[in-house]
Amino acid sequence: MPLLPLDLVGLILTGWSGLGLLGLVLPARLGRCLLFPLIAGLSALMAGAGLWALQGGAQTLVLPIGLPGMPFHLRLDVLSAFFLTLLGLAGSGISAYATGYFRHMAETQPGDFQRLILLYALFLASMGMVLVADDAYFFMVAWESMALSSYFLVTTDHEIPAIREAGFLYLLMAHLGAIALLLCFGLLQSGTGGDYAFATLRHHSLTSFWSSTAFILALIGFGAKAGLLPLHTWLPEAHPAAPSPVSALMSGIMLKMALYGLLRVLFDLLGQPLWWWGALLVGLGSLTALFGVLFAAVQSDIKRLLAWSSVENMGLILSGLGLTLLFHGAGQETVAALALAAVLYHALNHAFFKGLLFLGAGSVLHATAERNMAKLGGLIRVMPWVAGLSLVGALSLAGLPPFNGFVSEWLLLQAYLLRPDLPQPWLNMVLPLGAAVLALVGALAGFAMVKFYGIVFLGQARGLVLSEVQDIGVWERFGMGWMALGCVLLGLFPSSVILQLDTVTHALVGQGLGASAARHGWLWVTPVSANRASYSPLILFAVIGVSVGLTFLGVRRFFHGRWRRAPAWDCGYPFQTARMQDSADGFGQPIKQIFESFFGLSREIPSPFDSHPHYHSEVRDPLWALCYLPLVRGVARLVKWVGVLQQGRISTYLLFSFTTLMALLALVTGSRP
Amino acid sequence: MTLVNWLLQGGQEILGVLLAPLLMGWVGIWRAWLQNRQAPPLTQPYRQLFKLFHKEVVIAETASPLFRVTPYLLFGCMGLTASLIPMVITDLPLAGAVDVIALVGLLSLARVFLALAAMDVGTAFGSLGARREMLVSFLAEPALLMVFFTIASLNASTSLRFMVTGFAARGFYLYPSLAFAGVAFLMVLLAENGRIPVDNPETHLELTMIHEAMILEYSGRHLALIEWANALKLLIYFSLGFALFLPFGLTDSQRGWGILGALILFLLKLTVMGAGLAVLETVSAKQRLFRVPEYLGTAFLLAVLAILLHYLLGS
Repeated sequence: MPLLPLDLVGLILTGWSGLGLLGLVLPARLGRCLLFPLIAGLSALMAGAGLWALQGGAQTLVLPIGLPGMPFHLRLDVLSAFFLTLLGLAGSGISAYATGYFRHMAETQPGDFQRLILLYALFLASMGMVLVADDAYFFMVAWESMALSSYFLVTTDHEIPAIREAGFLYLLMAHLGAIALLLCFGLLQSGTGGDYAFATLRHHSLTSFWSSTAFILALIGFGAKAGLLPLHTWLPEAHPAAPSPVSALMSGIMLKMALYGLLRVLFDLLGQPLWWWGALLVGLGSLTALFGVLFAAVQSDIKRLLAWSSVENMGLILSGLGLTLLFHGAGQETVAALALAAVLYHALNHAFFKGLLFLGAGSVLHATAERNMAKLGGLIRVMPWVAGLSLVGALSLAGLPPFNGFVSEWLLLQAYLLRPDLPQPWLNMVLPLGAAVLALVGALAGFAMVKFYGIVFLGQARGLVLSEVQDIGVWERFGMGWMALGCVLLGLFPSSVILQLDTVTHALVGQGLGASAARHGWLWVTPVSANRASYSPLILFAVIGVSVGLTFLGVRRFFHGRWRRAPAWDCGYPFQTARMQDSADGFGQPIKQIFESFFGLSREIPSPFDSHPHYHSEVRDPLWALCYLPLVRGVARLVKWVGVLQQGRISTYLLFSFTTLMALLALVTGSRP
Repeated sequence: MTLVNWLLQGGQEILGVLLAPLLMGWVGIWRAWLQNRQAPPLTQPYRQLFKLFHKEVVIAETASPLFRVTPYLLFGCMGLTASLIPMVITDLPLAGAVDVIALVGLLSLARVFLALAAMDVGTAFGSLGARREMLVSFLAEPALLMVFFTIASLNASTSLRFMVTGFAARGFYLYPSLAFAGVAFLMVLLAENGRIPVDNPETHLELTMIHEAMILEYSGRHLALIEWANALKLLIYFSLGFALFLPFGLTDSQRGWGILGALILFLLKLTVMGAGLAVLETVSAKQRLFRVPEYLGTAFLLAVLAILLHYLLGS
């Protein structure tokens, strides 16, 4: 029997789990050097399997494990294949990095490290299982083991109370989402009488009311994982709490599982979408993006800044998904395919640049033991590798050409701008506003990245002793280099990537983009036609290179090349200290001022006569006070009422049992004919 | 695309690079005249550049390689951008590689590098300038994009070439959306080039500086390249404005005499508009920095109105 991609995927998933179990047995030091590289190797193999499966049709497999009568159904189609590729590509870089990153932990806390490696491998494997699951039961098992393993990874440093709290919030939100998903699958299955296999659900159509309900439930369930407003609160807490490679896995890959789930339910299981689903997603997604980037711009904790930026990027992705739904529902498949390609492309890009930046933040954290940007600075001089590779990630995130973030934002803008012809005329009018939000979000992301990079890596050290800081080792360099290379290649060869996405868009909206996007050769991207829009990053990159090179040569040819070092001038002020630079709060101050109504700001400003002036400003998420605190209060009140029942006397409880029994008896005798 | 096109593209880049300081000089002369000062000669910016190129470069002790690379990158990006805009001819061979969105991206790439270089030395004024520059840009960039989107929707293309020829093919109409877009573009032009309501290019007061504060630590040839790139940026915005709002006279590479006529017309437009910029700067006062977000927010809203108007009226 020839080896099929699905067999390979199954073997890799087993391999990951096996390596994790092996990690429990092997001594920590050996486990780190041996297992993480093996996990990375298997991830690379996974990417290969995914790419292989992207070419062909679907394969299915039934595994006789699970509950009796409910075996696990596995299916590998092009949609799963795309996300498996993403998982493999980003996972291999992150795992290679983890080899070096956990060196210290493996030596000082071998027991914790052994648990960590098991959970790490299980986390990867469960994400893979989510992608190949073909029945609701197996899907939920995989989904929950993904949530649980990541919960335990988040709480690796559980001695710190703040991390326990973040972990608890994460677990809570994950389960809220899981309940919504269970109900959603229940609705999808209702009335079929069959099992929960996706094959059954696929051929079952619901009335528009029930399918809308199922859509809302799926939106809550997957939105809670994706960080969709207002279910995003856990994300900026949990992602920074985890060890950095885990943050990278969660932000880079796990958030995309939510996108996969939405795509699977919306395009595969639910049938024809209603128009307002897409409109809702566009609105919520744009709002999430704006909200996320504004909060990212005012953070002063490096990892929290990146986590908020993940909220932003998921918002962009979901707004693109909404656009796809709108056009797909209206039968405009070309634009739908364009928007979908932009969504998938951005998902891939985000996995790379956010993974890269989280790894960079992890290296900074490791070398300086400091997460507060206000105390960092000047690291480019002592950590040239981290600084150089992070620059690639920061420029990609800021959406600057010729890096990868630009390509997907460009595609999404093209989808917005392609003259929409929707049946709802007012929607045609509102869509340009989406493009406006997208433009604003892109520019704000640039602001946030200048702040991030400028304050952490540039300038002078703020209180840190730079000579004690060491650059990263070989494994970390390899891992970060892999991710940076991904950012560059994805940015330079967009039409090759779009060609690979072709099968996915064909399967989902029935139209490919490759035929038109790559019509003018691999150098050019022309989403619709060359007259409409074209972009060629490689040519752009080459001419920037030539232009900069000519400038350099010209200046060197005609003028002298003398230079010398001197103390910084700074308008002649002789007493400069590092504290005179902008702090992270200072840099974000304009955003706080302009968008004050978005933030729940609290400020303490010292009086001019204070001998020990103290300044404190805190930005809170207003949605927390708006949505969650009333909920908490409501639950507390409800619990109080229920508490009335709890008397603590056995006679009362006996009375309760007696009344219940009587009521049940009355019910049973009453219903008998 | 023939060799002639490539030569014309290269010629346009050289033309832009050589012309940019002259435009600066021209605007400077008019400002001096309008303010009752004795004007410097037209060639003053060239002399300044010449002087700076011959001076020794002094680099701050804390500066990293990023600081030294940035001037070249900035100049390279600006020179490249200048060559991409149809100043004289429309069928530039490179124009297909970079549409307006990528053009905005290219400008913002240059700006991000300049802001990072300003933060690199780690002085108070450097980071102040970087913060203010990014503040101006995150409001001006979306406004600029929305202006482009309005015109892109009018011509069903985001490629500069087809945006320009689209107007030419349809003859002259009055588009209400273009009026809004034009005002928004003018406001963005003033803000992005550090002109008077937002920033003062001749300021010597450190606390009000934006652009100047970022480049305080630069000297010698580095400073010369940055100043030159800045002049190029003004030329870029001018020629973008001409291409989108006053596209008459533009030609393609097929007509030899047409190119000469278009060139003369382009210079004429620059002469008139350069003087216009000086007048505009003289009659307005510099705003406090806190007012800048309002100013740019207005530009953004006008641009959004323009695109909504386009969809509402279909024109």
